[in-house]
Amino acid sequence: MRKVSVLAFLAWVSFLFYAGIALFTSGFLLTRLELTNQSSCHEPPGPGSLPWGSQGKPGACWMASHFSRVVLVLIDALRFDFAQPQRSHVPGKSPVSLPFLGKLGSLQKILEIQPHHARLYQSLVDPPTTTMQRLKALTTGSLPTFIDAGSNFASHAIVEDNLIKQLTSAGKRIVFMGDDTWKDLFPGAFSQAFFFSSFNVRDLHTVDNGILEHLYPTMDSGEWDVLIAHFLGVDHCGHKHGPHHPEMAKKLSQMDQVIQGLVERLENDTLLVVAGDHGMTMNGDHGGDSDLEVSAALFLYSPMALFSSTPPEEPVVIPQISLVPTLALLLGIPIPFGNIGEVMTELFSGGKDSQPYASALAQASALYLNAQQVSRFLSAYSAAAQDLQVKELNELQNLFIKASTDYNRLLQSPQGAETALQTLIAELQQFLRGARAMCIESWARFSLVRMAGGAAILAAACFLCLFASQWATSPGFPFRSLLLIPLAWSLAGAILYVGLLTVTRMKLDPVLLGAMAATGSLLYFLWKTWTGWGSKRPVTTLLPIPGPVLLFLLIRLAAFFSDSFVVAEARATPFLLGSLILFLVAQLHWEGQLLPPKLLTMSRLSSSAPTVPPRHTGTYALWLGVGLLLCTRLAGLFHRCPEETPACHSSPWLSPLASIVGGRDKNLWYGACVGSLVALLVAVRLWLRHYGNLKSPEPSVLFVRWGLPLMALGTAAYWALASGADEAPPRLRALVSGASVVLPRAVVGLAASGLMLLLWRPVAVLVKAGVGASRTRTVLTPFSGPPTSQADLDYVVPQIYRYMQEEFRGRLEKTKSQVPLTVAAYQLGSVYSAAMVTALTLLTFPLLLLHAERISLVFLLLFLQSFLLLHLLAAGIPITTPGPFTVPWQAVSAWTLMATQTFYSTGHQPVFPAIQWHAAFVGFPEGHGSSTWLPALLVGANTFASHLLFAVGCPLLLLWPFLCESQGPKKRRQSPGHEVEARIRSEEEEEEPLMEMRLREAPHQFHAALLQLGLKYLFVLGIQILACALAAFILRRHLMVWKVFAPKFIFEAIGFIVSSVGLLLGIALVMRVDGAVSSWFRKLVLAQQR
Amino acid sequence: MKDSDIKKLFYMHLLCIFSIILSTFIPSFFLENFSVLETHLLWLCICSVSVTAINLLLYFVVKPNVSSKRSSLSYKVARFLKCCIYFLISCLFLHVIFVLYGAPLLELVLETFSFAVILSTFTVVPCLCLLGPNLKAWLRVFSKNGVNSIWENSLQITTISSFVGAWLGAFPIPLDWERPWQVWPISCTLGATFGYVAGLFISPLWIYWNRKQLTYKNN
Ligand SMILES: [Zn+2]
Ligand SMILES: [Zn+2]
Repeated sequence: MRKVSVLAFLAWVSFLFYAGIALFTSGFLLTRLELTNQSSCHEPPGPGSLPWGSQGKPGACWMASHFSRVVLVLIDALRFDFAQPQRSHVPGKSPVSLPFLGKLGSLQKILEIQPHHARLYQSLVDPPTTTMQRLKALTTGSLPTFIDAGSNFASHAIVEDNLIKQLTSAGKRIVFMGDDTWKDLFPGAFSQAFFFSSFNVRDLHTVDNGILEHLYPTMDSGEWDVLIAHFLGVDHCGHKHGPHHPEMAKKLSQMDQVIQGLVERLENDTLLVVAGDHGMTMNGDHGGDSDLEVSAALFLYSPMALFSSTPPEEPVVIPQISLVPTLALLLGIPIPFGNIGEVMTELFSGGKDSQPYASALAQASALYLNAQQVSRFLSAYSAAAQDLQVKELNELQNLFIKASTDYNRLLQSPQGAETALQTLIAELQQFLRGARAMCIESWARFSLVRMAGGAAILAAACFLCLFASQWATSPGFPFRSLLLIPLAWSLAGAILYVGLLTVTRMKLDPVLLGAMAATGSLLYFLWKTWTGWGSKRPVTTLLPIPGPVLLFLLIRLAAFFSDSFVVAEARATPFLLGSLILFLVAQLHWEGQLLPPKLLTMSRLSSSAPTVPPRHTGTYALWLGVGLLLCTRLAGLFHRCPEETPACHSSPWLSPLASIVGGRDKNLWYGACVGSLVALLVAVRLWLRHYGNLKSPEPSVLFVRWGLPLMALGTAAYWALASGADEAPPRLRALVSGASVVLPRAVVGLAASGLMLLLWRPVAVLVKAGVGASRTRTVLTPFSGPPTSQADLDYVVPQIYRYMQEEFRGRLEKTKSQVPLTVAAYQLGSVYSAAMVTALTLLTFPLLLLHAERISLVFLLLFLQSFLLLHLLAAGIPITTPGPFTVPWQAVSAWTLMATQTFYSTGHQPVFPAIQWHAAFVGFPEGHGSSTWLPALLVGANTFASHLLFAVGCPLLLLWPFLCESQGPKKRRQSPGHEVEARIRSEEEEEEPLMEMRLREAPHQFHAALLQLGLKYLFVLGIQILACALAAFILRRHLMVWKVFAPKFIFEAIGFIVSSVGLLLGIALVMRVDGAVSSWFRKLVLAQQR
Repeated sequence: MKDSDIKKLFYMHLLCIFSIILSTFIPSFFLENFSVLETHLLWLCICSVSVTAINLLLYFVVKPNVSSKRSSLSYKVARFLKCCIYFLISCLFLHVIFVLYGAPLLELVLETFSFAVILSTFTVVPCLCLLGPNLKAWLRVFSKNGVNSIWENSLQITTISSFVGAWLGAFPIPLDWERPWQVWPISCTLGATFGYVAGLFISPLWIYWNRKQLTYKNN
């Protein structure tokens, strides 16, 4: 019961975190499904003939083209007021002079001189106002989202239908110059391109001057149909100096000259578009949704008269994505499939001399095409995803049907009145605006309430972990009430929510349901803490974490709020880990435990036992620290570089062996990899043998003896095949490809069966009495009745254990050199950690297979490093019997730091392009067909391998100090045979150390300690995810939010989920071993009684 | 413990601080283009030499610890040589530690080593002056309840603050401010210097404030 409640409590706390993460994510990550459908020239967007005048014209798709060429000048962060004409004739007011006002004089001049040729708009953009998201919107006509479900994370390339795609398939030559973001978005789309790095935002001129070098020559050469120039200077000036800086005036004047130069060179069939992708705040930043950020300038000009009217006094406000359908129809290409923008009707009026009726008809046709396309998109989208509101969708559909019947009637009787046309235009516009509003409603809004709510739940859950971990080891910890009452409260919360839903008739949102349930139980807990704890206890219990460790944790958390530190985390984590290690060593020295003079004496409560001498003397801990630093540094050689740091070079050892050209190099590396496998295997076996866990005839031990080498062999063979597959002779190809399918699966199968065996018989203990077995003797305990209750058993077990030792010693004295003897109880001392280490080794092999071959060296380092760290930590932890057992905070922090460090040193980075997709093809070289969960599982296991291993291995932090007890005052000498070993031990030890059996002596404390360990681990992970969430929340308009903070949050969140599951598994394994040990003892007692 | 001792300590520390300030400003009168950031290595050398010199000078003038009984020339020379070797070893040791901490292994070796030199100037040289080449004494001073005099106490404080300063100096390196002082190892050397100066300031004050609680075995 107690075991189950420990696990259930941890699972419940994890659930609270999950609820918080889910709520935050639903408010922060804008999601929508990305459709890959394409509009095609030959296929009209809806039933009915193509409109007015488009048939039979060459180069016309849905509509006859108005322009054959276009120049698109994208001035990054060109806010609307930067381009706004300055009217000096306002009476009584002198014009305000700000560096960014009125610097684009050429626009003003054109607007005054050629009012029918040019128009300035204020375009409203949809947040997030970051360049990449805006470029996506500006070419697809859709809303930008961070996660486009269904897109390929490996690259930023746009998979949706877009203008560039349509232009290339229409055979237009696109020349691009400027920001290299376009290179990622549209790989290979340009007939000629001059990319300049957008990375350095402090550099105002490189990109712009680079463009200017090529712009006019390209224009004059005439080898283009579409010319795109993306200037970054204004944006960078904003980031560096802000808009209120003289530098901004210079930059804008330069842009003015550029526009002037372009206007002079324009020919009649060419349209000039000058646009800003977004605005900027007062400080020059962008990314969020404030008024200044979402207002951008849009200026259209053509040497040919475009507009039938003169510009209005105040520029018209339009959504920025209106440009997409407008440009498409003006250029005579299909509107991109997913566009939800609305065409700018004025551009289709046909110039200043056109008939009003013909002009209105042209506008209506353009709008109708646009509406058909949007309607087609809506039905395709709602068939694929359910996130649009059904009711609104139906209303819109009705509106569209009505408008289209009106339109068709008008086409049949063209002599209809002009007013009918005007109403039709109004209807179509209403439909388009309604569709757009509906999409925005469901796709593109940060929900601040949800984000704040999620962060609050996360914070409260961290708080809970902190308190409960303090509380867990206190004697009167109410396991049951703590578990059941919060569950009841969470149920109450869920029921309340469901009740609210039935009242308001809204759709059931599982995220909100979970959040309400979590809030319910958290409220109960907080209230309980407030009443029961806040008043009685001093403040020091509020912060149980020791100061220096708290400082380390705070530094780590603060680092999540700086994009530079998130990018540099791969280097920062080993630094912090090294500091923590050196701090631990220094602390040991400071307290006199490092060097011999002061001997620490510990007294045990049981009177019969002698005092335990200090476990570590000499400079042992110092060497552990140095070894740890060395391992950390070596593991750092396997880092991958984030894209953001051009100066950094990724480790060349991350590529698979197959990519090595030289045969000798390949063989050497292969040898090293296999060597590391063998070393890992030998190390684990030596360790198990050292603690005597290899002697038992149990199936799990047999598996360790024979199955592990087999797995290593399989892995090595798979590597050999994978690295040399191309060199295999043709007739062996089938065999090789078959083996590369079978081998990884066989290794995984072996690992799984090994784990099953371990779970089935986890106690690797050899019950083997010597000659003349003493089973007839009775147990030396006032024991009555069968061991039914747990308490009886708890009382009896240590006695049996001691009894067996005594008996063993007695027999040793009698039969000194007669028969080889082994003692069962000796192996009991490490029964928990032996199972843990075996399980970890079994887990490692499949994970190893998913990585590149040379990462096996890192895995070896990982084992070595955690071994050293556990020893170092054990040096600082005194054994307190009979409890309470605690794992100090520094141990948990160091363990999580090491997990993060291993994440980086296995060649990962928390960004999507760095995900190692090849892991999905291990064992499945042909791919997976349509199933998605298996490749996702494989890639996930590859990415979060370190999280999983360290979380599963977390209970070792509790077990290791007990294990180190056996190392006594003198180092134990390894001896080849049983007899010698037994003799040496009987000589040098008065009493066999109890080791992990101490934990069994106090099972209540043991379970409380496991619970506390789990809570502490969840707390340290929880504050990390909380910090990530807060960073993403607070910095949501930061330049790097979609590049750095959001991916970091996602990786951290998934890592948290993996870690919490791993933690539960690890603790469950310890519990399983515990149960098995209990039943083993029970059997033994029964056997003794007979 | 007398107040005069604390006063003496304070003046000594002021002199040390003064020597660092001088080493920053004086050379610019003699050398062209001298600045802390641009000719950083040169500054490091000058600073290291001047701090060592002032430490030795103060040691010979003040003689805080009881002078050893043997005073033959050969003994002094041997002791001096031993000190030099200790200093060299400490520089190498610090260099290794920096590399283990993530400093580049093959590039910027000279820079890393000069950082090791300046840090051991701030930490090991005072130790050598005060305690001599005696590792046991060093270890004693840097453990709980191990200090025997205000000199050792101030040594403890300045050494720890130099190390902490150097450690904190590593933090600005990843930031994208692109300042000249963010380059390895300039921020760390500056951090160590500031830490040392802060330690020099703090230790007399701290000892003064805690003079009631401080009890040493000697006095
Ligand atoms: Zn931009
Ligand atoms: Zn920007």
